Amino acid sequence: MSGLAQALAFGGYGAYVWPAYGFAAAVLIGLFVAARRQLARAERDAERMRAALRAPEPRS
Amino acid sequence: MASLANPTQFSRVSAKALPVLLALAAALIAAGLWLALVASPADYQQGDSVRIMYIHVPSAWLALMGYTGLAVCGLFALVWKHALADVLAKATAPVGAAFAAITLVSGSLWGKPTWGTYWVWDARLTSVLILFFLYLGHIALTHAFEDEARGARAAAILALVGVVNVPIIKWSVDWWSTLHQPASITRFAAPAIDPSMLRPLFVMAGGLFAYFFAVILMRARAELAARKARALAVAVAGRADAPFPGAGLGETA
Repeated sequence: MSGLAQALAFGGYGAYVWPAYGFAAAVLIGLFVAARRQLARAERDAERMRAALRAPEPRS
Repeated sequence: MASLANPTQFSRVSAKALPVLLALAAALIAAGLWLALVASPADYQQGDSVRIMYIHVPSAWLALMGYTGLAVCGLFALVWKHALADVLAKATAPVGAAFAAITLVSGSLWGKPTWGTYWVWDARLTSVLILFFLYLGHIALTHAFEDEARGARAAAILALVGVVNVPIIKWSVDWWSTLHQPASITRFAAPAIDPSMLRPLFVMAGGLFAYFFAVILMRARAELAARKARALAVAVAGRADAPFPGAGLGETA
């Protein structure tokens, strides 16, 4: 086994250590991406509505 | 803190705090990962499985803190009808649930090589599982009603009732005999962990704390913007020239 592969195997505990870190990374990255998307969409919607309100009201 | 009570003030302060928290989170988590996976030693008894501690323990702290935060928000929402309390609770619950899930999964993966089992129905593990379900219940109640205010009220009540679980989790390892070890880091005694392992633990904890608050701020800002958009949509729809009177925005949150 190469030095790197040996280091990554964590003395046989790699099968537990890596899934633990992988799961945490997946959850935390997913949560962050979702929050950022949600924030961008909400701010865009609010801005669109503000622009609609600013537009002059035509006489009917 | 009092100045944050006002949503406008909250928007202003959180807009400044957000980039700082995100930068702090990125830097500390990167440093924490290096310390946790490369620069720290293996445990003399547990070997390299001890590295799971550096995400398991901070996640458990945050899961407990998040639920305590939900209960405080619930109190402010129910007693003082605080304008921001519901927004913050709605923003916090999924983040807390995520950390509870990470606590359970990482703990389970640590338990297998250390105790010989992924799961055991003892007091600590079961009470953390209940914490996770309380978070899910809070999220479900928040979205359960057509009328948002009713959902927020039901969720606030659940948060207050469920907070009894927090001290149970904290002291479960002392009150009952469990497989789970008692706390190694307490306020009144020297920690039972070597500094070479404390350093990655605290750096990682600092990074995850910053992440926790950053994502809550992002979610709270999104919720406030969505509410603003809905209120403006009503105003737009009420105008005589509205192309489709009554047509506003759909659910944006």
